[in-house]
Order: sequence, then C-alpha cells, then structure tokens
Amino acid sequence: MSANASGGSGRLIRWLGVASLPCLLAVGFAAAGGWLSPHRVTPNTMLAALRGVDGAHPGFRRNHAKGVCVAGWFEGNGQAASYSPAFAFDTKRVPVIGRFALAGGMPYQGDAPGKVRSMALALKGPGGQEWRMGLNDIPVFPVSTPQEFQALQQAVRPVAATGKPDPLAVQAFRAAHPWLASAGKALAERPITSGFENDTYLSLDSFVLQGVDGRSTAIRFAMVPEEARFADMPGKGKNASFDQLDEAISAHPLRWTLVLTLAGADDAVNDPSRLWSGQDKQITAGTLTLTHLASEAGGDCTDIVFDPLVLPEGIMPSDDPVLQARSATYMRSFAERSREKRPRPAFDPAVSPSEKTGSESVSSEKAS
Amino acid sequence: MNPIVFFARSSRVLHWLMAVLILVMLFVGVFMAASVGPAYHALVGFHRPLGIALLALVVLRLINRFFHRPPALPADLPPLMAIGAKASHWALYALMMALPLIGWAMLSAGGYPIPLFGNGVLLPPLLPHDAALWGWLRLTHTVLAFALFALIMAHGGAALFHFLIRRDGVLQSMIGGGSVSPGGEHSASHD
Repeated sequence: MSANASGGSGRLIRWLGVASLPCLLAVGFAAAGGWLSPHRVTPNTMLAALRGVDGAHPGFRRNHAKGVCVAGWFEGNGQAASYSPAFAFDTKRVPVIGRFALAGGMPYQGDAPGKVRSMALALKGPGGQEWRMGLNDIPVFPVSTPQEFQALQQAVRPVAATGKPDPLAVQAFRAAHPWLASAGKALAERPITSGFENDTYLSLDSFVLQGVDGRSTAIRFAMVPEEARFADMPGKGKNASFDQLDEAISAHPLRWTLVLTLAGADDAVNDPSRLWSGQDKQITAGTLTLTHLASEAGGDCTDIVFDPLVLPEGIMPSDDPVLQARSATYMRSFAERSREKRPRPAFDPAVSPSEKTGSESVSSEKAS
Repeated sequence: MNPIVFFARSSRVLHWLMAVLILVMLFVGVFMAASVGPAYHALVGFHRPLGIALLALVVLRLINRFFHRPPALPADLPPLMAIGAKASHWALYALMMALPLIGWAMLSAGGYPIPLFGNGVLLPPLLPHDAALWGWLRLTHTVLAFALFALIMAHGGAALFHFLIRRDGVLQSMIGGGSVSPGGEHSASHD
C-alpha cells in the first residue's frame, strides 16, 4: 500500500475519491427527480396524457379548457361552524371569483347537453385565506387514483385512422379495472339538467373538517342549485349552454346552496370513484350567489388556479390520492399556460349571441 | 506544513447546518416537482417553511461572515483556482438568497395564498398577482435550483480535491478540531 501511495494507482484512487461525492449526489438527484424511473406518474406525464386526448392548445387550461369567468359572493349560515372554524362557515359574506367550464382540453369544443360541466370557485376570506374548489356535475370521479386517470386518458386517446378511441384499448382498460365498473354505471346513468344554471356540482374528492375541539369530520360537499326550473334543452349553437347561462344570470342572480355530506362508517373517504351510502347526515352550510359573467380574456378567473388543496384553516385534505394529483398537475398546467401567449376564448359574454358571427371588435353592453 | 487556520465555530455550525438543510431542500424540491402524491402535499408544506428558515439562515450567515472573516485560501493555490473558489462561493451565497426569495415571489405572483404553518399562518405576498410573472418565476426557480445543485456538486468535489489531492487542510478548516485561540478562531497544527 505505502509503496503505491504516491504512485499512479494511489493517485487514481484519490481522484476517484474526489469524483465520488459529485457522482453520488448526481445519481441521488436523478433518482429523486424521477429520471431513473420512466414509468413514474408525474404532473408532466399527466399533462402529456391529457394532451394525447385533446391535443395542444397553448395558453388554455390543460383540462376544462372552455369556460367563462363568474363573480359573486358566498354567505355562510353558521350551521357548520361547530365542525370547523373555516371562514366560509361563519356568517360573514365573502367575495367569490369563479369559473364555469366544460370538461376536456378542447377550448373551442361545441356545447352539448351530455358534456360534463364544472364550477370552480375561489372564496376569498379574511387575512388572505382562501377556499378554492373545482366541482363537477357528475356523481363520482371515473377513477380512484392518478395512475388510473393517466391510464384512462391513454386508453381513450383517439387513434389517427378513425379520430376515435380504440375500442379494444377502452375495453382493455375496463377489463383491467373491474372495480371502476360501478363508477362507470353511475356516470352513464347520471341525470342531466338543461344547463349550467340549474346543475348540481360535487366536490367528488373528500376533505376533513377540523373542529377547534380537535374533532375531525370527513366530508364531501356539493353546490345545489336554487334554480330547479328545468328549461328546455339549449339550442344547437356552438356556445348554446354558455349563452343560456348568460341569459339566466342576466335575468337574476343565480344561487346555490353549499351542502356538506358527513361520511358514514362505510363511506370511502379515500376513493372518489365510489358513491357514498346516500343515508349520510347533511348540513346546509351557506349560500353562493353569482351575479355576473366575464370573458376569460382579461377576466379575474383566468389568472387563478382552482387548486382544491388551497384550503382555509379548519379544512384539511383527506387521504384521497386524486386530490394531491390535482393540486400538483394544476400547478404545472398553470405555470405552462401562463408562459404562453394569451389566447382568445371561445365564449365572450360581452358579445350577444346574434352578434357572434365572427366579429372581432366587441363593445361591452352589460354593466358588470 | 503550515498550521491550519480554522473557520470560526459559528461559521462551521452555520455551514454544516445549511449544507444538510439545503440538500434536503433540493432533494425534496426535485422529488415533489415530479410527484403526484401521496407525499406531495406534505412535502410542499415542508418545503415552504424550510425555505423561509434557509432565507433567515443565509442572512444570519452573511452577518456572521462580516464578524468572522473566513481564513485565507492557501498561498500556493494557482490563481485560476483561487478565482474559481471565490466566484463559486459568492455564487453559492447569491443562489442561497435568491431561491427562497423567488419561491416566495412566484407564489405571490401566482395568486396563491402562502401558508407557513397549517392554513392559518400566511406569508404576505412579495409581488402583485401577475400570472405571466408567475410562469417565468416558476421556471426560474427550477433552473436556479439546478444551478445550485450543480454548484454544490462542484463544491463537494473541490473540498475532496483539497483533501485528497492537494492535502492543504482547506477541508479540515471547515470540519474543525483543535483548541480555541484567544481571538475566538480555532487553530491546530496539521501533520
């Protein structure tokens, strides 16, 4: 050894020693960042899967791309206050910025009654606290994990030859996920209302209310419309549902009731693809009032990411794995689209339906 | 061989404490940015207050550096290496300062509430709500984090180069040992 210590091989070993630390760090960093595990589901792979279905539409949200901003307020009624000190359960009125949208990544898709509608809200509480939510008009989420969501997007990806999903791929997904059959059935049989304005929007994911007494209560929640009137199904225009929403909100403010459903013993808190018993205790926690729409071009909702894990004090995420994937993936989508050129949204409430024949210059006639 | 002049005890404590925390921070950051759960939300909740703690620590460290100057580099170090050492040290300070500030600023520009503990204790926004700014700051945060990690790799390699190749006591001066000299600096003879 000592004979070699100052010789060539000793020197080589010392140089290897020098290189060992940077190399170890690099390998560890690459492992942590997922570069050594190509099958890891990440926000990027989730977005790639969505892009595979709907294509790339720069500047738009990667899902629920077609939408319109809405504003109003929320007023709690105090009935949920004993479960959580969250500001929304107080009786003070707080401002709300929101967004109605159609599910899917295509920003210019035509409206159709059966398409999944969503309501996203940011309730702005005191001291900078917010409660953001992304709600959908479906009874359950089609899958129970982010991995399944990505696999489903890959299965329904349209094939070049037909422009439609490969039926075999869809069948294979169903066969590989028999536990999702009940969700598929519930989705297929869901009641469909005539529009955004009389629709019920559900959290799908579960959350946990944290009482000041330390008590935890798992919940799901929904916005239930006051507008129960079932109008005729909207006309055939490309933006028929949005035009109808605009008409309804122009006539009078639209109201929804926030209904909390408290998890029963057998309800799956960690699986948004499963219905709850239907026998659970429900609490009416407050009223949402929406008063006017605004185009996404310059509207207040455009620069907000409706990340369901932006929660106020007193509300915590549940162990539902889809929640975290939504938070992570929405953040990535928000960062990407914010670096892209601002696009022109499909629907602009400042343009009346009769005017909407491609005119670019728009004068706002509605007071907002 | 000349006796090793050690870094002050406070400098050494701050160096190694921050070394551990920054490595934890970088590994957590790169992991959570490529994660959709189940630890994602908890890690983001850990990343924010740790970043603020590191911002406070780097300020403390610069103040400490003002009162306890680092020992001189070995006199026989080639000039190019001496320049590299000085430049990389200041680049490390700049990135240690910039990363938490950009993290805080980007969440502000993104319109995110910035919870520090739970959902009740929030940091005030550093910048106004501006989505385009958010998008670019988010990217900058990643790029600078990679730059910091690359510098740390070089820094670790350089420390081992001093220890194994040059054998000039530079690494030992940050590890410490020896007795406390009257001036508060530690010194011990080497070999």
